[in-house]
Amino acid sequence: MKEKKTTGATNRIGVAETGIHPLWQSVWIVILALLSALFLFPVIVVVYNSFKGRLYISDAPFRLPDVTTFAGLENYWSGIEKTGIVSAFGWSSFITVCSVAVILLGTSMTAWYLVRVKNVWTEALYYLFVFSMIVPFQMVMFTMSKVANVLYLDNPLGIIVIYLGFGSGLSVFMFAGFIKSIPLAMEEAAMIDGAGPIQTFFRVIFPILKPTAVTVAILNAMWIWNDYLLPYLVIGSNYRTLPIAIQYLKGGYGSIDMGAMMAMLVLAIIPIVIFYLSCQKYIIRGVAAGAVKG
Amino acid sequence: MPGTIKKYFPVFVLPTLLAFFLAFFLPFLMGIWLSFCNFTTVVDAEWVGIRNYVRAFSNEDFLRALWFTIRFTVVSVVSINLAAFLLALLLTRGIKGTNLFRTVFFMPNLIGGIVLGYIWMLILNGILAKFGVSLTYDPRYGFWGLVILMNWQMIGYMMIIYIAGIQNVPTELQEAAKMDGATGMQRLRYVTVPMVMPSITICLFLTLTNSFKLFDQNLALTNGAPSGQTTMLALDIYNTFYGRIGWEGVGQAKAVIFFIIVAIISFTQLVLTRRREVES
Repeated sequence: MKEKKTTGATNRIGVAETGIHPLWQSVWIVILALLSALFLFPVIVVVYNSFKGRLYISDAPFRLPDVTTFAGLENYWSGIEKTGIVSAFGWSSFITVCSVAVILLGTSMTAWYLVRVKNVWTEALYYLFVFSMIVPFQMVMFTMSKVANVLYLDNPLGIIVIYLGFGSGLSVFMFAGFIKSIPLAMEEAAMIDGAGPIQTFFRVIFPILKPTAVTVAILNAMWIWNDYLLPYLVIGSNYRTLPIAIQYLKGGYGSIDMGAMMAMLVLAIIPIVIFYLSCQKYIIRGVAAGAVKG
Repeated sequence: MPGTIKKYFPVFVLPTLLAFFLAFFLPFLMGIWLSFCNFTTVVDAEWVGIRNYVRAFSNEDFLRALWFTIRFTVVSVVSINLAAFLLALLLTRGIKGTNLFRTVFFMPNLIGGIVLGYIWMLILNGILAKFGVSLTYDPRYGFWGLVILMNWQMIGYMMIIYIAGIQNVPTELQEAAKMDGATGMQRLRYVTVPMVMPSITICLFLTLTNSFKLFDQNLALTNGAPSGQTTMLALDIYNTFYGRIGWEGVGQAKAVIFFIIVAIISFTQLVLTRRREVES
């Protein structure tokens, strides 16, 4: 699409202002490359510092490791031991995958019902879900962790219920927006053929929802994977998730073991980068689509 | 047909509704009630009227956090959106490697707040060490550190939204303006900007609410140092709740005030977006 715009313009007016004159082209590429380097720089610094001895990091973080400062994988071993990041990775994966699956199933069904059954109650419920989107977590953090505690939801299984409840606003809103645009005819045809609502939903509606489901899944996965305060308050440190494990390195007023910190940051970033590079297309599209909610 | 579906309420809605009730609605109502109470756990709550709100508004930490958050939000919103818009303009001109650049600029957005905070703690302390100081030496360093971090995280995200907006501007409009002799700046001012107004609204409010609600990055980068002078609202509420015994009620009152401010911002956005939709 952008190709069309620039070539179309060049044909008529010439190359001057379109930004694709070969000279400008290279100037912009150089500028953008420098900017990209600036964007990647912090991560690169963290990566090579993770191989330096922990005492050589804070005073000269930009110096590359050399014979005296190189520490091999020492930081990784001590960090893994201190934080329990391996099990944290497991808990984070478990909580994220299960919560996203439950949210997808639960909220798509709810949204369909709320759109198709029109009355005062469903209307009110819909607006209640939308309302929950604007409530900041601090508003409910204390009471929510108390409720979770009383109801024995303060464990990796229970927190899935909490995530379904707290994350349902945005997801119901997005599914409902899409369902409103689906013509009734298809569902009616299925129902006339004798399918009940459950069959109709899973055979006819659910497959159509796929693009929205991908967006909802990505937005929720990014939120839950990186969430710190909610799991910290609800489950505490019995089952540390990744952000809790990393924050744990800071404990109290003591100084941080910068070596272990660097190594753990690298381990926390690797899965995100892999995930990003393997489904980049969906992530960027999903994030752009999800932005509409504001 | 909706009649048949209606009977299936327990299957389709009830599970989600129950979770919603437990994780959001009940805690929300309890939160409002508790903001008028003195308590340490929920069961020993005793009604004290608006005393918590009076204490919140006369609490220096709260007012300082509020002021810090407002300044931070204004600076971040302006810088993020300017940078993101300029990048989006550049990356919609058919320059080679556009996709690669887009990938790189967006990447920081996926990294969580805690991890981001520690990455930048290393970088900023490394730079400041050359001048013999550190991030916690002066609240101004923490302030600009948070601004830089927020820019690094959000520019790519906003850029993606602006790119989508710019690509939706009909090519004919740009060409017509060009044939009428409009310069590049004039076309930007009178064609591109008005046409991407919806994206601008979305980005302004996304950056506004995200900056205002910032917590993880604040906790990891400065944790309020020096002496609470770089504490933002969300962190101040957290500290009031879990750092001071006997202040839980004040913490909850602060949280309600926080919620009301965020709600006003969101509501303004809703009204603005609606009005624009009606106009177009």
